[in-house]
Amino acid sequence: MEPQLGLLELSVNNRYSIWVRERLNELPDSFTITDPSISGHPIVFASNGFLKMSGYEMEEVVGKNGRMFQGPKTDRRSVMEIREAIRQEKTMQISIVNYRRDGTPFWMLFCLCPVFGKEDGRVVHFVGVQVPITRKRRQSGGCNGVSYCEDRTGFRETVIGSCRREVCSDSVVELGRVLAMDSDSRELEVDEQCEASDLEKAKAKLAMNSILSVLAHYSESTGRLVCGKRCCLARTGLLGSSLTLSLGRIKQSFVLTDPHLPDMPIVYASDAFLKLTGYARHEVLGRNCRFLGGVDTNLSTILQIKESIQTEQACTVRILNYRKDKSLFWNVLHISPVRNASGKIAYYVGVQIDESCENHDKHGLSPEMRQRSAVGAVKVAVRSLSMVAGTSESQQQLPMNSILLD
Amino acid sequence: MLRIKRVPTVVSNFQKEEGEEGARAGGGGGGCGRNCLQKCCIPGAKLPLYAFKRLNKISGEKDLLKPDDKEPPVAFLDSLLLGEWEDRAQKGLFRYDVTACETKVIPGECGFIAQLNEGRHLKKRPTEFRVDKVLQPFDGSKFNFTKVGQEEVLFQFEASEENEVQFFPNAPIDVENSPSVVAINVSPIEYGHVLLIPRILECLPQRIDRDSFLLALYMAAEAGNPYFRLGYNSLGAFATINHLHFQAYYLAVPFPIEKAPTRKITSFNGGVIISELLNYPVRGLVFEGGNTLDDLSNAVSDSCICLQENNIPYNVLIADSAKRIFLVPQCYAEKQALGEVNPELLDTQVNPAVWEISGHMVLKRKKDYEEASEANAWRLLAEVSLSEERFQEVKALIFETISCGDNGNPSVSELLLEEEPDDKPKSLEEGDALNKSSRHHAMVSGECLVLH
Repeated sequence: MEPQLGLLELSVNNRYSIWVRERLNELPDSFTITDPSISGHPIVFASNGFLKMSGYEMEEVVGKNGRMFQGPKTDRRSVMEIREAIRQEKTMQISIVNYRRDGTPFWMLFCLCPVFGKEDGRVVHFVGVQVPITRKRRQSGGCNGVSYCEDRTGFRETVIGSCRREVCSDSVVELGRVLAMDSDSRELEVDEQCEASDLEKAKAKLAMNSILSVLAHYSESTGRLVCGKRCCLARTGLLGSSLTLSLGRIKQSFVLTDPHLPDMPIVYASDAFLKLTGYARHEVLGRNCRFLGGVDTNLSTILQIKESIQTEQACTVRILNYRKDKSLFWNVLHISPVRNASGKIAYYVGVQIDESCENHDKHGLSPEMRQRSAVGAVKVAVRSLSMVAGTSESQQQLPMNSILLD
Repeated sequence: MLRIKRVPTVVSNFQKEEGEEGARAGGGGGGCGRNCLQKCCIPGAKLPLYAFKRLNKISGEKDLLKPDDKEPPVAFLDSLLLGEWEDRAQKGLFRYDVTACETKVIPGECGFIAQLNEGRHLKKRPTEFRVDKVLQPFDGSKFNFTKVGQEEVLFQFEASEENEVQFFPNAPIDVENSPSVVAINVSPIEYGHVLLIPRILECLPQRIDRDSFLLALYMAAEAGNPYFRLGYNSLGAFATINHLHFQAYYLAVPFPIEKAPTRKITSFNGGVIISELLNYPVRGLVFEGGNTLDDLSNAVSDSCICLQENNIPYNVLIADSAKRIFLVPQCYAEKQALGEVNPELLDTQVNPAVWEISGHMVLKRKKDYEEASEANAWRLLAEVSLSEERFQEVKALIFETISCGDNGNPSVSELLLEEEPDDKPKSLEEGDALNKSSRHHAMVSGECLVLH
């Protein structure tokens, strides 16, 4: 299940050099860096502050998705908001319940900011800053949730003072709670709605700014510059990182080609495709698929593919292909048009099966069915994401601090 | 008796016009010739079988990361469901290519989703539906899912006997074992649109029971993707087939109902949190949390049972991989039958079932699609909603029912009835102005009587 550690390390090192870790760990703050281009959008770096706050070891969190810190008391609507911010590559901040390693829940202010590569304007990482929310307490010596509860039953004013507007506007809930107190006086304080204070918000903003400036500075040393704003808007032919993220989850060997560009080049190649053919990603992007053919490739099969593309139909062929090292394989290739939200053909997907490696796993799906599932997964990813693009394009261009500054 | 006329959705290629039913081929030795799911064709039939692992707890996602958790042999949603679905698409079993239907997110706060689907309702005559009875007995002479062809069934879905996920590409259909199946909807409203038919051979009417609802939650949890949702329409709330089924499809956009703010009303036994939708055109309840999936499931299914037994039509949306469930009682069909719905809204022929109520609008006319706006969508859904007064009554009824057996806590419903409605958001009050039918309702021993 876990992505290779190498990939996770390279995600940081190749962009900011190996020296950045040391510098990041000098920051006192609790934060994580995640890489949306790796399958599962894993954490690639967690600060010492984060490990201290959460109680986890570095190797327990690197490679995992941030959802591992959520639990039953985490508000699902807030989780959805974070998920959508990631998909739309926006900054956001939200108060949310997370869980420490020992299972205790706590409120924190979570701030998310995308980090863009300057070369093409794509999101390369997300930084997540976590600021624990501490509650003001009126009574001295009250240092845990229980004494907080006692506050609440005794003095309604105290409740309003410490629990902020959600509760204030909601007298019925509060009344219900007070009445239910006898049977449930040990209710954890995480059960209350909670808002971060201005101080906590300022702290998060400050932390985010210093992290981004460290990342920007260290990216100069690798020449692969990053910034907190999308600086390059020309993204022709490239897919957004949301689509890349969705496509990255599909395990089969496949490519997407763009019929609207001259010579219908490959615009996405899956990891399994690169493994199957032996090419590196940069060697295949931008090229027409015909480079997989060779002297012994049947011309009539190629014509059959051309015809199905012309008639906008799906087709399955068996074609002789060549790897980078010139070795041959029989490719059971399925090609299908992929439509965007307007119902127009946006791409063609080609899914490859190396006939010699077909494993006839009795307890799994047939290779043909897996091929179909890759087509299905590509179709839903393209359709859904082009649906959002129309409305979110304008919001995407918000300067990175527009939320943090409020 | 209240009836409305509407064009029924064709969910199967074996669904005939009313009256055409019974025109069966032959009935000779090799089954009825349609390869259906009835006694004639089942012997020897095989279908893939996906057996899910029962959970003891709603995780902590942590549970998913335990090292002893094996990767399942087949990814439920991404490999099995989408693969089988695409396979049926390649075989031409659908009435149209849904990915060729234009769709967009309507600008505005809510993010309503509009789809132009001109093919879905073609070639069908409007049929009369009785809308004043939420529970009606199963009628074997009408279309039901045992009549679909086996090629429309994707796989069997059941709890694993072992403590792990199992997959059998070719499992016999065990009639004794009451298989539940997942079949395609040949008139999909999005990619991967399927029907979950619990214990299909038992021919259950459209009516929620605890086991079937839990099965639906397991399907959502098994898919493990927040954009794969299940929905349920009761009779009188735009279900057209009286054979127990849930719908499901994949759409990677948040639904407006999921984005709506909520206000917590109460914690229920087993840690289930019940909230109320705020700032949404339709009034409804949200269930989440719960120490176990069973706790959450029972809280919702008991509420559904309460509604159907009190003859209140409703819709259910199972969202966020079964972590959030929306329960929406509605009264549109009843209003329609009483002639109280604005004719302009009726003209759109939009049937406000679970997906429409959740904010995914399937529009039949290009004009409506092009003019789709948040205000229009809001206006339609406001007609679907119960009035504030009626909603409070229904809510009290639900809480009274489900807190029976809830020990110790003061009756939640008593508290709720005292609630002052003055903190109501403005937008809902506007909805009330349209919502004239509230005065027609009277509570008589828990029955919803329509006075007219």
